[in-house]
Amino acid sequence: MKKLFLLMLTMMKIGLFTFGGGYAMISLLENEFVSKRKWLGTEEFLDMVAIAESTPGPIAINGATYIGYRVKGIPGAIFGTVGVVTPSFVIIYLISLFFYRFLSISWVASAFKGIQVAVVFLIFSAALRLFKKLSKTPFTVTVFIAVALAAVALSLFAIRFSSVWFVLIGAALGLGAYLFALLHRDDGDGGEEGKTEEPVDAGEEGTP
Amino acid sequence: MIYLRLFLSFLKIGAVAFGGGYAMIPLMRDECLANGWLSDAELLDFIAVSESTPGPVAVNMATFVGSSQAGILGALLATLGVILPAFLVTVLLVAALGKLLTYKGTRAILSGVRPAVVALILSAAVVMFLSLFFGIGKIGDAVAFSLPSVLLFGFLILVAWLYRRLRGKSVSPIFLILLSGVAGIVLFR
Repeated sequence: MKKLFLLMLTMMKIGLFTFGGGYAMISLLENEFVSKRKWLGTEEFLDMVAIAESTPGPIAINGATYIGYRVKGIPGAIFGTVGVVTPSFVIIYLISLFFYRFLSISWVASAFKGIQVAVVFLIFSAALRLFKKLSKTPFTVTVFIAVALAAVALSLFAIRFSSVWFVLIGAALGLGAYLFALLHRDDGDGGEEGKTEEPVDAGEEGTP
Repeated sequence: MIYLRLFLSFLKIGAVAFGGGYAMIPLMRDECLANGWLSDAELLDFIAVSESTPGPVAVNMATFVGSSQAGILGALLATLGVILPAFLVTVLLVAALGKLLTYKGTRAILSGVRPAVVALILSAAVVMFLSLFFGIGKIGDAVAFSLPSVLLFGFLILVAWLYRRLRGKSVSPIFLILLSGVAGIVLFR
């Protein structure tokens, strides 16, 4: 029980002191749980980063859940996750109570007009940063360009099409391209996959 | 019912936002516009506040949107919705399916998801840029060019570039937000 509370308190501290989310938090988690407390090995920690990066949802949540589970099973996962979320929940809730009243002050409204520009800039730079990190193959670049153009066009023509579908289409194309490559590989490696049902999936690959 | 809608919307966002933080902005924009919760300008205000306060941006946004639409219970449900998928997937992966991530099929799926997510972030930025700077929400809208916004945008590019040249690292988002707040008071008076 004591360890659970220690875990939760540590997570609260991390939740309270990370600005900018995800990757900033990874270094704090490493510092607390691997270097200082040694509750986790480096190897396990790197597994966590891999999981966080390849699963949906906020990286901080993946991290807190993973570390909590490693430390104390399901209760650990719950306490860790609740801990990391609580400080920002309280802060944001308090802000939200008087945010609109705050915005009705004229100079604050002017300030926020400027801030909106900064946020658009931040979203642009996040997209560029992530694009630089993307491993670029003809396949990924094609998916990138196709989705970017389609999403902008649909929005400009006021056609409602949830981004969720783009993510799912991306997943299907990834799988399709993989199966297609598997089928058309000459060496024996993919031999066992060369059964008859695959061409159906491979056909999807031609869509982009 | 607003509570259920908030919970389900944020559950959906949490379930498909691969890559955290900015990855959920396009999804959140879809949900907020479709449900009539926030305008683009309000969304940007909320992102600014979420970015300048501690904690994951996605969680902060969920709390903020939930609270603005349905008070404390809305905030709780939206936050629970956005963290639940990540929580469950992580527990499943550690507890049972650890090897799943090393399968080639899983990697192949992610190789298609990643560029799609980055493209969605870029397109959200482009669409918000058009609406904020030119007043264009869809084809056919009258152009309402905002010179101060464009000037400020150019100034921010310059600041970010100079900072990188001189200090060798990226400028902090909070600094840019504060700077733009001050510039906003001057420019939009």
